[in-house]
Amino acid sequence: MTWKQVFTSSIGKKLVMGFTGLFLILFLIIHAGLNACIWANDNGKMFLEGAHFMGGNWVPRILEIGLFAGLILHIVQGYLLTVQNKSKRSVGYAVDYGNQGSKWYSRSMGLLGTLVLLFLILHLANFWVPNRSNQGWLLGEEINLYEKMKTEFSVLWVVIAYVLGCIALGYHLAHGFKSAFRTYGVHNKRYFSMIKGIGYSFAVIVPLIFALMPLSFYFGWIE
Amino acid sequence: MEHYSMNLNLKVWRQKDTNAKGAFKMYRVENISSEMSFLEMFDVLNEQLVQTGEEPIVFDHDCREGICGACSMYINGKPHGPWQANTTCQLHMRAFQDGDTIVVEPWRADAFPVIKDLMVDRTAFDRIIQAGGYISVNTGNAVDGNAIPIPKDDADASFAAAMCIGCGACVAACKNSSAMLFVSAKVSHLALLPQGDPERSSRVLNMVAQMDKEGFGSCTNTGACEATCPKEISLDNIARLNQEYLLASLTSNK
Repeated sequence: MTWKQVFTSSIGKKLVMGFTGLFLILFLIIHAGLNACIWANDNGKMFLEGAHFMGGNWVPRILEIGLFAGLILHIVQGYLLTVQNKSKRSVGYAVDYGNQGSKWYSRSMGLLGTLVLLFLILHLANFWVPNRSNQGWLLGEEINLYEKMKTEFSVLWVVIAYVLGCIALGYHLAHGFKSAFRTYGVHNKRYFSMIKGIGYSFAVIVPLIFALMPLSFYFGWIE
Repeated sequence: MEHYSMNLNLKVWRQKDTNAKGAFKMYRVENISSEMSFLEMFDVLNEQLVQTGEEPIVFDHDCREGICGACSMYINGKPHGPWQANTTCQLHMRAFQDGDTIVVEPWRADAFPVIKDLMVDRTAFDRIIQAGGYISVNTGNAVDGNAIPIPKDDADASFAAAMCIGCGACVAACKNSSAMLFVSAKVSHLALLPQGDPERSSRVLNMVAQMDKEGFGSCTNTGACEATCPKEISLDNIARLNQEYLLASLTSNK
């Protein structure tokens, strides 16, 4: 059995989705943790130090390439799987099974992922692109991201878009987190119920932390 | 429960053959007993059709006692109809009320092409079994109980997986037309027992390869299959199949 055969089989493709998904989940923890520094209420001092460590240092910048690779793999594979799976039933049902047997968000990972992707494009255009282009895409001078957050999050539609993006991310994670572990073969009932608990908590807490950031700026909860 | 009779409207999928374009047709059946099974109600309808010169509706059925896995109707949006852990033949008309309209469709999946009307070709499942769902050694006569000690929990889990009757409701219910619940039941049933152990790697690799070749979709763990399965095959089996596949494929020496 060649590596190609492994990773192009139906289960192999899911392994790629699960692995990249868990990798992106780890990234979310780091991202949420660093950004939470805005709540130190020191006019962004602690936050900017964290941001500088991530943006002005070769190690995180090289890891960033890995992050984008994982992200692109997750997106491309996700779309391919969605299209392939859909093509397996050319004649559909007149009456849909619907929510009788499964949760709507577990059947809507393609849609939820698309919403997250749209949000991500907006998010990168807001912060990542202006900052990196100011750096000359290398390790040049960074912009003041704290001030940038203040400006961006004073616009109502941006704040609404961010909150909606976080809700989509929450539902995506509610299924994705546990599904990834299922794909990795966790069938032990004790461990799986633990993973389910952690997954649902993660899907609520992390997007909530992210959503609170634009809200905090918009409503002036931080200086 | 008190007996009652009902008149029903049936919206049934009619399709001449695999390549023909099918369509729904409305039928009316009257004076149906609440004690009848769903298939008996179809027998009444078919007699009616024969008498009026119309071709009877083709549907799969065999044992009519819920153990063979032949019956396969998608009734009002759910494989095998509204009851839980139930086959179409064991669905009884007391599940319905007078005046109801019931929509009956065949299993929908490209891997299960319609043969005629409500009958689909499920030989894809046979070919998956032929790819590895067996033990190659000649086992001879039944051995004494406990000649090979097996942990009780493993024996129970294996037996629960072996309950699968291969009806294909999991494929019909899955939005991806995935056969993973079926394949996982067959792989788990043998992987949990010492007799199945020597071939466990080649079995899972070959059965999954055949499953992909037959054109079933991949699993996204939605759980619709488990919810519809007449034998309540657990989704845990799919996770076990994933584990079996992961170990077998990553440790393969070829």
